Amino acid sequence: MSAITHARRKWTNTVMLGLCTTSAFLAIGVLALILGFVLINGISYINFDFFTQLPKPAGESGGGVSNAIAGSLLTVGIAAAMGIPFGIGAGVFVAEMAGPRLAGVIRFTADVLTGVPSIVVGIVVYSWVVLKMGHFSALAAGVALAIIMLPIMARSSEEMLKLVPQSQREAALALGVTRWRTILSIVIPAARRGLITGGLLAVARAAGETAPLLFTALGNQFWSLSIAGKPIDALPLRIYQYGTGPYNQQHQQAWAAAFVLVTVVFCISLLSRVLLSRRG
Amino acid sequence: MGAATGESIGANRRGLLASWRRARFGDVLFRVIVAAFGLSVLALAALMLWQLFFESRESISTFGWGFLAGTHWDSVNRVFGAAPAIYGTIVSSLIAVVLAMPISLGAAIYLSEMAPPWLRHPASFLVESLAAIPSVVFGLWGIYVLVPWIRDPVERVLGGHLGFLPLFTGPPFGVGMLAAGVILAIMILPIITAIARDSLLAVPSSQREAMLALGATKWEMISRAVLQYCRSGLVGAVLLGLGRALGETMAVTMVIGKTYDINTSLFAPASTAASQIASEFSEASFSLYTSALMELALLLLGITLLVNIAARLLVWRIARSPEAIKE
Repeated sequence: MSAITHARRKWTNTVMLGLCTTSAFLAIGVLALILGFVLINGISYINFDFFTQLPKPAGESGGGVSNAIAGSLLTVGIAAAMGIPFGIGAGVFVAEMAGPRLAGVIRFTADVLTGVPSIVVGIVVYSWVVLKMGHFSALAAGVALAIIMLPIMARSSEEMLKLVPQSQREAALALGVTRWRTILSIVIPAARRGLITGGLLAVARAAGETAPLLFTALGNQFWSLSIAGKPIDALPLRIYQYGTGPYNQQHQQAWAAAFVLVTVVFCISLLSRVLLSRRG
Repeated sequence: MGAATGESIGANRRGLLASWRRARFGDVLFRVIVAAFGLSVLALAALMLWQLFFESRESISTFGWGFLAGTHWDSVNRVFGAAPAIYGTIVSSLIAVVLAMPISLGAAIYLSEMAPPWLRHPASFLVESLAAIPSVVFGLWGIYVLVPWIRDPVERVLGGHLGFLPLFTGPPFGVGMLAAGVILAIMILPIITAIARDSLLAVPSSQREAMLALGATKWEMISRAVLQYCRSGLVGAVLLGLGRALGETMAVTMVIGKTYDINTSLFAPASTAASQIASEFSEASFSLYTSALMELALLLLGITLLVNIAARLLVWRIARSPEAIKE
């Protein structure tokens, strides 16, 4: 009897542990499957024109997405210029200044905000910026992406500031340095690498967002770097429009654009990993 | 001489006082500025809710609570009901959670309890990399790889063998509820895995050692000592995945087809709140239409906020339990 129980227990153990291992490799396998398709399709359709030419009329072959690449850089740049300082400021407040209760409330709200669907952010910014200004614009898209970056940035910078040893703050304060100088010249420089990492991750996240751009950037077939007056194009929007369109030529460009986007996003997150691991 | 010293002390003190005041002023100013940044997080959450509520008031006053139960979404007759979108949102997210939960919990257990140390970091990095892929890329992959695969063999086989169930009836379109559920499952897999793994790692090793010392097998140790101990964190992880699935837009919009009906079959096209907003907002030609879409967004925001709040509370509980900190 006990031998049977023993065998059953061992068997259960083997099966369940085997299932766990399988799940882990299944998850990695799915990643490989998706990245593999993007890589193979992307590389075969990518060429020099893709980066330098403007889109051709639908159905014609050739052309590129230079305007979408420029537009993505512009909108993400605007978003970073707003979202990163705001996020770091919020992180400083929570880590250095706020009382424990208020800090808890802000931290919790930021965590919850990271879960807000990005399409909701897009629709809100549409009525805040696009309706008020009367135009779809790079600025509106930048605001939407900044709103997505803000809570991510606030949380990561708070965590990074907390890693700075308390003794460094105390040493500065004991020398008679004021609180604000302590934070600006001692604490923030000490947490520099972590803050940059957080910023990079927030930028990577914003660069791939599509839903908030639908009603803010709108997309544009032509070259534009106008900040406020005109709709602007972006790489994720191009992938969406080309990917769901009927033309084979556009499907190929969608794969190429997906390849570029995934490469950029992965390089940024790898870079941030490297930065963070070289701590000290 | 005495008078001179007194004077210089007085001047010194005045100078000190002035610089102290300046410093004090600097601190106060800095505090105000930084507080404005910090409070902007709270303001943002409140303003977003308010804005959506404000924009959807026309729809709210026209349809009242009937909006939630209304099964017709008909812009020609100006009747809008959210039931099909709510149904689509919930069902696609449930499919995603049902598919993703066992795999991601298994993967989390492997990563925290079983993987050899040299594999732990690279494997975690790979799984988490899935979360870095933009949603629109999942959508593209979904259209050209997943949907054909779902059409044949998945739907053909399911329809052939389980066609007597209402869930698996109708022609295999490929695009539809099932495709949306599967792609959502892939997308929430890394989220659930990462947070579940962190919860597992927060379990003190004394728990594991005690169980093993009682003669338990490794699986018995994991299931009774570890999983039991951090179950609130695991539930939180699954809820966070659910929250992400509920609001996910691009990939779903690209593979769900689009319909305004409620279909029991998972093979049929459907739509979710997010996909409906994404595909119709720019076509909304009159204010009631826009307003109804805004109300849909308000509903979506409300649901995801509730799910996320519950999830965060559960995850925080495990992260903050005194034993976890001691560890």
